[in-house]
Amino acid sequence: MRPLTSTRRPATPRRDPAPSRWGYRFQRWMLTPALRRLILVGLPVLVVGGALAGWYAKEANRQMVADAIAEARADFQSREEFMVRVMAVDGADDGLVQDIRTVLPVEFPTSSFDLDLEEMRGKVAALPAVADASLRVRPDGVLQVTVEQRQPVAVFRGADGLRLIDAESVLIARIRARADRPDLPLITGDGAREALAEGLTLYDVAGPIRQRMRAVVRMGERRWDVVLDRGQRILLPTETPIRAFERVIALEQAQDLLGRDVSVIDMRNTARPTIRLNEQAVAELRRVNGEEPEAGDE
Amino acid sequence: MKDLYQSQRAMRNMRQAAMQRGVIAILDVGTSKIACLILRFDGPERFRDSDGVGSMAGQSAFRVIGAATTRSRGVRFGEVEAMAETERAIRTAVQAAQKMANVRVDHVIACLGGGMPRSYGLDGQTGVEGTVVTEADIGRVLSACDVPDYGEGREVLHAQPINFALDHRSGMADPRGQIGNELSCDMHMLTVEAATIRNLLHCINRCDLELAGLASSAYASGISALVEDEQELGAACIDMGGGTTSLSIFMRKHMIFADTVRMGGDHVTGDISMGLQVPLAKAERIKTFYGGVIATGMDDREIIDAGGETGDWERDRRSISRAELIGIIRPRVEEILEEVRMRLDAAGFDHLPSQQIVLTGGASQIPGLDGLASRILGHQVRLGRPLRVQGLPQAATGSAFSAAVGLSLFAAHPQDEWWDFDIPAEKYPARSLRRAVRWFKENW
Repeated sequence: MRPLTSTRRPATPRRDPAPSRWGYRFQRWMLTPALRRLILVGLPVLVVGGALAGWYAKEANRQMVADAIAEARADFQSREEFMVRVMAVDGADDGLVQDIRTVLPVEFPTSSFDLDLEEMRGKVAALPAVADASLRVRPDGVLQVTVEQRQPVAVFRGADGLRLIDAESVLIARIRARADRPDLPLITGDGAREALAEGLTLYDVAGPIRQRMRAVVRMGERRWDVVLDRGQRILLPTETPIRAFERVIALEQAQDLLGRDVSVIDMRNTARPTIRLNEQAVAELRRVNGEEPEAGDE
Repeated sequence: MKDLYQSQRAMRNMRQAAMQRGVIAILDVGTSKIACLILRFDGPERFRDSDGVGSMAGQSAFRVIGAATTRSRGVRFGEVEAMAETERAIRTAVQAAQKMANVRVDHVIACLGGGMPRSYGLDGQTGVEGTVVTEADIGRVLSACDVPDYGEGREVLHAQPINFALDHRSGMADPRGQIGNELSCDMHMLTVEAATIRNLLHCINRCDLELAGLASSAYASGISALVEDEQELGAACIDMGGGTTSLSIFMRKHMIFADTVRMGGDHVTGDISMGLQVPLAKAERIKTFYGGVIATGMDDREIIDAGGETGDWERDRRSISRAELIGIIRPRVEEILEEVRMRLDAAGFDHLPSQQIVLTGGASQIPGLDGLASRILGHQVRLGRPLRVQGLPQAATGSAFSAAVGLSLFAAHPQDEWWDFDIPAEKYPARSLRRAVRWFKENW
């Protein structure tokens, strides 16, 4: 029988293939699914995450990371492919080009990443002479600004001077004198901008007296006066001014009405057109009718 | 009897729990080796729709995911002799299998080779309540079986109903729903020594495992080594292990008898060791390489080196012929087989309609054994290897693993035992609350 109570261990213990009790328990413990996942996944994540957090907690390291990122960004953005060297403006006259260059103070060359095209487009489109604008960076490094310029249809005289006005009643630009744009009709008066289309129609239908028209004046924000040369004025009604104007033109063609010494043709009451003569014409009329030209006499 | 019910039912519940978790270990504690298989239950039949593969004897329900074998230590005659040694050997096997499977197992089904199993045939009779046989009737007829006095210090390992008879009709597998008056049943009961079970249980518990089932190794190797026809028509399975040779007789798919002969392959090795005066390890090596039971003229000329390894290499240069070796092995094998023959005769095996004998187990691999066995046991002898189960490594498909494989089949499809049926209410103590509950259940 082998000694059961012997405490002396042999010098070279027999190799025992069996795991020790605790080794066996440990292995079983490690095979428990939850613990296994915790150790195989959770622990590495915790260690790496902790190390990263510890490193990142230092101000200098954070700065270093930020700098490295910024530098890499700048390096990338200042590559030749992204550089913009020239600005080209299409669809604008010289004055407008000047204006656009003023509102877009871009120092070339610059990176296309530094250009906020949306904001720049907003600035260009905010110019009064611009109807619509589009900006893009062309592959060859050109900032292409394409604008659609507003076309003036009339000269508008306001309280502060002469301005060009387009079909949408937007005031485009100031002009110094009426003679700068003699080709455009003149429109004035309170509320003339709101009824611009009607005012321009008056010019269109003017026909033979087009050359004599100086302006159309909006009166009291409700009706038009047509001002001709020689101080003549045609007062049009609130309703159907165009027809009333055509009637005047027809009268003019038939009876040479405006060639006479008439100062005002009042069409405000369409049922009863009224003519105001000049002072001399009145006197002459009375003389022809045989009345005594007495002062104060009716 | 109540304790038995409770402990066995607790084991059944444990087995259910293990099936729920899907992983269960099989532990075959033998005299020469300890084998551990780890089974995974993936639920029933994954391939049924796709390719029409059928049930495959129920083995498609599980898969072996880990297998390990280690040399057994501290076990003699299939019984634990040195607890600490055995515990260590079990630990080695379980750890290696767990490592291979990469899962942790908590439940283990073990088998028992030793413990001097004793078979009893029981029968009981009872009248049928009502007209048709119900489950309660079966419970009653089972509890009506008169249990013989199987002795102090022994415990029931199996108690399987094997036959039901209703009135004059016998040979029923399932009498439920049949109409009759008198129900009787035959039951096969196997008892083993309680101390053997306790020792094994203690070893397993020391390894932090829980026992989810216990079977006789004779029964387990019978399940795996006998084919279905043999189980049906009647056959004996002889599992020649290291320390014991266990035999089980099957009839109509039920085990009707089991016994062990306390001799096995280790005794052959001991004979060789003594006869040739060589160490046991060397004797084992000589046995496995050159062993045989039928000598021919050729064997006289085959010389085996049998150096004694006494350290005197110059002088101790003995050699023997293979015929001599066979002369040592054969008497012992004959003795074992004679003993088996006696047990079979005692069980009345020669009255069975079919007398197929299947030899399995590690010691059945001696060349020429089937010839010798047919001379002693009868003509219908064959060597059996365990059923092939899914995922079993090639190294564990030999006949030495028939008990382990049978145990995994047992784990997948345990047979109905006595304790799987409810005890009839009359057997409970008169004032028991459970009796009242049962009475309510049955009457409403």
